[in-house]
Amino acid sequence: MEFNPPLLTSSQRTLSLFPLPLHFPLEIRTAGEVEFPPPPKRHAPPLQQALNTIESTLVAMGELAADKHVKYILAVEKRKDSFESAVLEHLRMNGAYWGLTTLDLLDKRDVVDSNEIIEWILKCQHESGGFAGNIGHDPHILYTLSAIQVLALFDKLNVLDVDKVSTYIAGLQNEDGSFSGDIWGEVDTRFSYIAICGLSILKCLDKINVERAVNYIISCRNVDGGFGCTPGGESHAGQIFCCVAALAITGALHYVDKDLLGWWLCERQVKSGGLNGRPEKLPDDTENGGISDRPDDAVDIFHTYFGVAGKTVAA
Amino acid sequence: MHGRPRKPLKPVDEAAVAAKAEKLRALQSEFLSNHQNKIYSKEAVELSAKLLEINPELYTAWNYRKLAVQQNLAQCESDPESVNSILDEELKVVENALRQNFKSYGAWHHRKWVLEKGHSSMDKELGLLDKFQAMDARNFHAWNYRRFVAALMKRSDEDELEHTQNMIDKNLSNYSAWHNRSNFLSRNCSVLLSNLMKKAAPGFTSKDEVLTREYELVREALFTDEDDQSGWFYHLWLLDQTVRSEFPLLVSSWPVEGSDISLPAADYLDGCASMNVFHYSSRNFPLVLYFNQSVRGVNSSTVSVSCGFNLNIDLIWKPLSSTDSQSAKVWATHLAIPDAELHSSEAYQVEVKVGFSQGIVSTTGVAYSHPSQISFQLHLQKTPLESGQDSRFGRIQWKDDCFAVYEPGSAEPDLVNLLDNLTIKNEVESTASTWQARIIDDETNIFRDLLDCKIGKLTVARLLTAYNSLRPLDKPVHCKEVLELYSELMKLDPSHYQYYKDNHSLVLLQQVTSSKESLLSRCFHYRDSTLSTNGSPLCLRLNNLAISQLGSFEKLLWVQMLDLSNNELQSIEGLEALQLLSQLCLSNNKFRSFTALESLRYLKSLKVLDISQNEIGSHSIDTTRYLFRSPLSHSVGSCDWNINYLSSETYWEAFFVLKDMGLTQLDVAGNAITSKSFNVFLEKLLPTLKWLDGVEVN
Repeated sequence: MEFNPPLLTSSQRTLSLFPLPLHFPLEIRTAGEVEFPPPPKRHAPPLQQALNTIESTLVAMGELAADKHVKYILAVEKRKDSFESAVLEHLRMNGAYWGLTTLDLLDKRDVVDSNEIIEWILKCQHESGGFAGNIGHDPHILYTLSAIQVLALFDKLNVLDVDKVSTYIAGLQNEDGSFSGDIWGEVDTRFSYIAICGLSILKCLDKINVERAVNYIISCRNVDGGFGCTPGGESHAGQIFCCVAALAITGALHYVDKDLLGWWLCERQVKSGGLNGRPEKLPDDTENGGISDRPDDAVDIFHTYFGVAGKTVAA
Repeated sequence: MHGRPRKPLKPVDEAAVAAKAEKLRALQSEFLSNHQNKIYSKEAVELSAKLLEINPELYTAWNYRKLAVQQNLAQCESDPESVNSILDEELKVVENALRQNFKSYGAWHHRKWVLEKGHSSMDKELGLLDKFQAMDARNFHAWNYRRFVAALMKRSDEDELEHTQNMIDKNLSNYSAWHNRSNFLSRNCSVLLSNLMKKAAPGFTSKDEVLTREYELVREALFTDEDDQSGWFYHLWLLDQTVRSEFPLLVSSWPVEGSDISLPAADYLDGCASMNVFHYSSRNFPLVLYFNQSVRGVNSSTVSVSCGFNLNIDLIWKPLSSTDSQSAKVWATHLAIPDAELHSSEAYQVEVKVGFSQGIVSTTGVAYSHPSQISFQLHLQKTPLESGQDSRFGRIQWKDDCFAVYEPGSAEPDLVNLLDNLTIKNEVESTASTWQARIIDDETNIFRDLLDCKIGKLTVARLLTAYNSLRPLDKPVHCKEVLELYSELMKLDPSHYQYYKDNHSLVLLQQVTSSKESLLSRCFHYRDSTLSTNGSPLCLRLNNLAISQLGSFEKLLWVQMLDLSNNELQSIEGLEALQLLSQLCLSNNKFRSFTALESLRYLKSLKVLDISQNEIGSHSIDTTRYLFRSPLSHSVGSCDWNINYLSSETYWEAFFVLKDMGLTQLDVAGNAITSKSFNVFLEKLLPTLKWLDGVEVN
C-alpha cells in the first residue's frame, strides 16, 4: 500500500517543496508569527554570524516585518510601469513562484486571488505541454516547474493534464541522461533538477530514465566534491544545490562525498558572515538570506523569497 | 538585484524611467506578435536584435532568431556567401548581447548553436575567449564555452593543459584554472594508470611522474598564499590520487581465517555466549566479507563456500547498503545448518573462496583479481547450557560494575588468534607502495613548515593518515601527532569543528583497534548474578571516548556485544557490517532521529538495544536528517503501512527502523520522543519485547 503522508498545512507543504523531497511528513513550525524566536544556542558561531547578517539587511529595525514584505510583493505584482519589471516580464512565472511562496511562508497566501493566477498560468501553457514565462513566450522547463509548484501551492494540481506536462518534461531527456531546457537543446544540471523535482511533485518520476539521469549528474561531479552545470564545469553553489537535491529525490545521495562537499560549502562563508557561490567571489544573499542580495543593493522579489525562506529554515 | 544600488528615484528620473519602460513594452509586444505570426522579415529580425541588446535574457527572442536563421538558410540554400553573412550577423548579435551581460546563458547557447553549423574559424573563437578571460578569468560561461570549442576543434588535452598552466601563471589564485586542470587530469588518470600496469611504454609518463610534477606546481601556489583555497583543493585531490587503491581487495572477513567456531546444538532464544559460541536459534550462521571499496557481483558463482555437509541451495549474498541494491563494501550471507547434522559432534572444515571466478567488479569498473581463501572450523556443541539458566529473562544492565576485565585464560585461545588475524594480507599492497610512500614522505616534510596555519596542520594530518592507509598490515604510526593536530584544529577553526572532531574520532578508533593488546584491554566479561557464569558474553567497551563518528569496522566484525555509550555519536553509519551484534548500547550520545539509526535494520541478530538519553524527536525540523544517504525516500513506498498501530503516522520513522527487529530488550527513556503513547506503540510493534525501559512487558 502506498504511503500517504498525513495532510500537511500549507506552510508545511511549501517548505516541503522548497529544497526538500516531497514525500515527507515534516513537522514545521508555521511561519505565522511576525517575530521569529532567536535561534537556539546549539548553532555554531559562524551560523549565528550568518543570521546576524540576515538581520542587518532587513528593511525594518532588525525584525522581519511580515506585513511590509507582503505589501512589497503585492506592489511588485501590480506595478507594471517600472523598467525593471518590463525587463523581467519573460520570467513572470518564476516571479509568481517566489512571491507566492514567500506569502505562503508568511501565512498570507489569501491576500491574492488564486483563481486569477491559475487562469493566467494556464494561458502560459503550450501545445507541447510545457509552460512559458509569460503569455506569448516560448515554453521552457524552467517555467514549467514554477507553474507546477504554484499550482501545488494552491492545491490545484488537478487543473493540469498531468500526462501532457510530464510527457513534455520527459521528452527533454537526452540519450546521456541529461536534460535540455527546451527544444533548442541547452543542457545544464539545473534542468536535471527541474525535471526530477517537477516529476516527483506530479508523481511521475518513472517517465524518465532515472538511472541515466543520475549518472549524468554524477559525471558533473568535480574533484572538490562539488558539481558543475555540465561535465567539467566548475563547482558552483547554485549548481550544487540542484545536483544534491536531484540526488536526494532519486535516493542517490550516497554518490555525494559529504565530508568533501560539506567542507567546500562551509568555506563559502566569508568574514562578514555572508556566503559566496564560489571561492574568491562576493557574498550573495541568494546563497544566504536577506532581502536584497547585499546590504546596500536594491530590493527585489527573488532575494526576498530566499531571505524569508532562509530565515524560516534556520529558525 | 545584483549590483544595482538601493536608492529612491527623483521625480524627473521616475518619469524618464517610466517612458523607457513603456517603449520597451511596446517593442516586446511587437516582437511577440511577429513571433506568433512567424514573421521573419528584415525589420522584424532587426527588432529582435534591438531587444536582445537591451535585454539578452529574453529567451524567446533567441529562439525566434534561430527560427529566422533556419528559414533564411533554407532560402539561400548552398550559396556560401549568404550563409556566412547570415551566421556572421548572429555572432555579432551575440557579441553585443554579451557586452551587455556576459553571463547571459541565452547568448552563449546561441553562439554554440551557430558554431555547430560549421561556421566561424575556431582560432577566432579562441581569440574571443582570450579576450573574455582577460576581462574575467573566473567567468565559468567562458570556461564552458572554451571546453565546447576545444572539443569541436579536437584540441589535444596537452594543449588545453598548457592553457590552464598559462592562466595559473598569470594568477596563482585562479580557482577556475586549477579546476580545469584537475578536470583534464582526472579524466585521463585511468589511461595513465593502465599504462603504469603494463611496462612503461615509451612516450607515456607514469602516474608517479605526473603526480610529482603536479605537486611541484601546486606547491608554489600554496606557499605564496596560505589562505588561498585554489591550490588546497587541488592538493587534496592529488593526495587522493596518490593513495587511492586501484584494486578491489578483501580486507577482512568473519569468520576469520583459521578460527574455530562452536555452534549451539539446541535452540536458544537469548543465549549468553562466550567468544566463539553463537546463539542463532535457527543456526543461521553469517559469513561476512569486507572489501576495501564498494564492489558488485558477489554471488554464489564468484564466491564458493564448501563445507562437510551439503547446502542444497545456492547461498544468497546481500550487499549491506541501504541505498544501493547492487554494490557495497560489505557483503553477507547466512549458512543454514541442516537438521540432519543436529546431534553430530564432528568438526566441519569450511572453505570460502572469493573471486576465483570472474565477476566481482568495483564500482569504478576494476575487476577483482586477487582471489582469497578463508578456512575455518565449525563445531556443533553437544550439550546445551545448564538447565538452571533461564537467561532469556535476564535484563542486561550497562553499568560499570556489571563488567569485569577480560582475563585471557586457556579457555579462549581463539580470541587471541582471532585478533592476530583480523586483517587479510594482500601482497599487492606491499609491493606497489614505494613511490606512494616516498611522495607522501616528501610532502609531509615540506608541509611541516606550514604548521602554524590551519590548512598546514590539516594537510599534515591528512598526509600522516594517508601514509598509514598505505600500510594496512602494520601498526599505524604518528597517531598521537595526528590526534593532537585535530585537537588543535578544533580550537583554531571552530567553523569546521565537527569535521575535525569526526576525523579525530576515526583516528582514535584506528589506534584502539590497531593492536590486540589494545583491543583486549577493552574487552570485558558481562557478569550478572541472575545468569550462570558459564558463557558470560564478551563485551567490547568503546564508551567514554568522545567519539563522534565510527570507523575501523573491518577490525570489529567479530563483536557481539558493544558498548558505545557516553560518546558524541550522531550516526552509526557503517555499523551494519557487524552482523553478529546482539547487544548494543548507544545511550548518552547525540542521536537526533530514528533515521540516524537506520543501520540497525541490517542487524538481524540484535536482541538488546539501549538508545536512552539521546535527542531523538526533540527537533521539529531536523536538518541533520539529510546527513544520511537516503532520507528513506525510496524504501518507504514499498512498506506495508496499513497496520492497526496507534499513531503509526506520528511514529513512522521508528516504525520503519524497528519493525522487523526481534528485540527482547529496549531502552528509550530520556529522549524527547519518549511518552506513554510511544511506549504503547513500541510494545505493539515488537512482540518479542520482554523489557522496555527496565520494566517487564506483559
